[in-house]
Amino acid sequence: MPVVAITPDYKFEAKDRFENFHGNQIVYVGWDHHLMFCAAFAYPLPPTTTFADLRDKVMPEGFAVHPEYSKINWETATWLLDNEPFKPQLDKSLEEQGIGHKSLLRFQTPELKGYKNAGV
Amino acid sequence: MVAKKLNLKEKYRALTRDLDWDYDYADRKKAFPYEEFEGIKITDWSKWEDPFRLTMDSYWKYQAEKEKKLYAIFDAFSQNNGHLNVTDARYVNAIKLFLTGVSPLEYQAFQGYAHVGRQFGGAGARVACQMQSIDELRHVQTQIHAMSHYNKFFDGFQDWTHMHDRVWYLSVPKSFFDDARSAGPFEFLVAISFSFEYVLTNLLFVPFMSGAAHNGDMATCTFGFSAQSDEARHMTLGLEIIKFLLEQHEDNVPIVQKWIDKWFWRGTRLLALVGMMMDYMLPNKVMSWKEAWEVYFEDAGGALFKDLARYGIRMPKFVETTAKEKEHISHQAWWIFYTHGHAAGFHTWIPSAEEMDWLSEKYPDTFDKYYRPRWELAKEMEDRGERFYTNGLPQLCTTCQIPMGFTEMDNPTQISYRSSDFEGEKYHFCSDGCKHIFDEEPEKYVQSWLPVHQIYQGNCGGADVETVLREYYKMNLGEDNMDFKGSPDEKRWNEWKGKGVA
Amino acid sequence: MSKVYLALQDNDDSRYIVEAIVDDNPTATVINQPAMIRIENDGQLVVRRASVEEKIGRDWDMQELHLSLITLGGNVDEDEDQLSLNWNT
Repeated sequence: MPVVAITPDYKFEAKDRFENFHGNQIVYVGWDHHLMFCAAFAYPLPPTTTFADLRDKVMPEGFAVHPEYSKINWETATWLLDNEPFKPQLDKSLEEQGIGHKSLLRFQTPELKGYKNAGV
Repeated sequence: MVAKKLNLKEKYRALTRDLDWDYDYADRKKAFPYEEFEGIKITDWSKWEDPFRLTMDSYWKYQAEKEKKLYAIFDAFSQNNGHLNVTDARYVNAIKLFLTGVSPLEYQAFQGYAHVGRQFGGAGARVACQMQSIDELRHVQTQIHAMSHYNKFFDGFQDWTHMHDRVWYLSVPKSFFDDARSAGPFEFLVAISFSFEYVLTNLLFVPFMSGAAHNGDMATCTFGFSAQSDEARHMTLGLEIIKFLLEQHEDNVPIVQKWIDKWFWRGTRLLALVGMMMDYMLPNKVMSWKEAWEVYFEDAGGALFKDLARYGIRMPKFVETTAKEKEHISHQAWWIFYTHGHAAGFHTWIPSAEEMDWLSEKYPDTFDKYYRPRWELAKEMEDRGERFYTNGLPQLCTTCQIPMGFTEMDNPTQISYRSSDFEGEKYHFCSDGCKHIFDEEPEKYVQSWLPVHQIYQGNCGGADVETVLREYYKMNLGEDNMDFKGSPDEKRWNEWKGKGVA
Repeated sequence: MSKVYLALQDNDDSRYIVEAIVDDNPTATVINQPAMIRIENDGQLVVRRASVEEKIGRDWDMQELHLSLITLGGNVDEDEDQLSLNWNT
């Protein structure tokens, strides 16, 4: 539905389009059922970043403090990319595997139930 | 012979309707250029009713009396070092959030009503908006005066207007009002007078202000209730506006319903902040957020919507979600702030053992199961000397701008993720309500000034969080932010109260 | 039936206003909360000037109610002798 506006051509550029981030794209990463982190993290990253770098260099800054983080088995962890099942390729870049600007990555570790098994 | 005194109705007519004039040489449409574009049809402005029939002369008389009473209390509060009588210095942090988050909205309301008060063709509506505009200016002024006393003794009160325009969590209230003020005049009235004032502000001003009194803060309680005495008039205006619009033309009904749906949801999201103030920031509790929601929305709002059903108006969309959210929302909101306590302009803390027991009692179905474990983890870390501050910036909801920390209500350990694609861009939302609002008017919300993205675009004075906080937000780091424990506020408080350092 | 309500600041004037309301609305419920008094009733509630004047012992203008009023719920009808709240359902 269009905005009902006083001007006939109510149109604005998206404030968060890729061009405004100086070469970076935004990637959100959330760990399902681990609410020690109140929300997914937002990372500004070059689209050429490999998934290995995202997972092993970027993510630990925020996630490693969780008591279960070191117990994650990345072989069995599952991923969703923008709500679709996703198999990350570690040596490929974000753009090469369809992780776009403002994409949401979620990972699941069903064997880890969170602090006190409470999803925390 | 003494002239007969006008009765209230005659006086009201003389001092509102009779001040109006007809347009014989100018084009009426040009005089009121914003009156038609929203699609609202007004056939007869004279049907506008103001049940209080307040005229400008009585308005000044009673407002002056309210001010005198209010300022006498401020003087007494200050002369008596009232800040020393609050229950606990933690309490003052709720007032910091009020000054930076709510008082600027009063000013926005003043501007908003001054603007729309010019735009309506009906004299009754213009006079009512004019009075409300002046009320709102009075509210922001009295709030500044009341809180200036705290500014002498506590951190975090110094740059509230600057912070309101810039700080990440204050974009939540700011964008709410920016959204309303950039809408047309009728939407503004439905948004603020009806959805906000009538349906929701009781939740801010009544139980919270009663809570201020219960925590020894007579100044806040009094400005709150004094503002609320105007609010009773605003609420009545809000209800009359809705009835007027619905009675004027049947084509108005779906437009008004759409606005009610939008602004009810916008309002509930904004009030998540009030929920956490009530449940976590008041050391002496009056009622839980859940109880307040039941009394002031479910009972009072339920009666209201039953009354409006005869016009074909139904309860707002997503109201069934709020019935579940009342069990969760305050806990999830305080956790967002606790974990971002390094980036907040007020102090945060872990609730005490007694407070957690109170929360268990008030939230028997949710607190122990979902939220007590979060606080136990936080406590474990604090005891190790590693107070938990999250390292990284959160994903924000495009519509309400709150970090996306709210969960699925039927699966409360899973964050609720919603998204839309519009013209090749992805947008993310915390809820069906926020997504629905975006999908109705995407061209408006593609302009959202989302603080996290703005930092990453380099528009907030620096690349690292500390620079942004210090330079762009003007927070005094180490004083305004971080945990209450170990803060200068706590240290001074203990000195004043003759307590040893905890 | 839906409840209408009003809330008043807990002050000296309100004491008399509440007494008058209770006399005029025998089924009303009075709830005391910190610094405020809430009065609710099924369907309707009326505040009468004459009753308040009787209790307070002086002339009292209906619009003086605004000095103590905190909030209300219901359709309002006010003239110089009374203020009533009601829901149509």
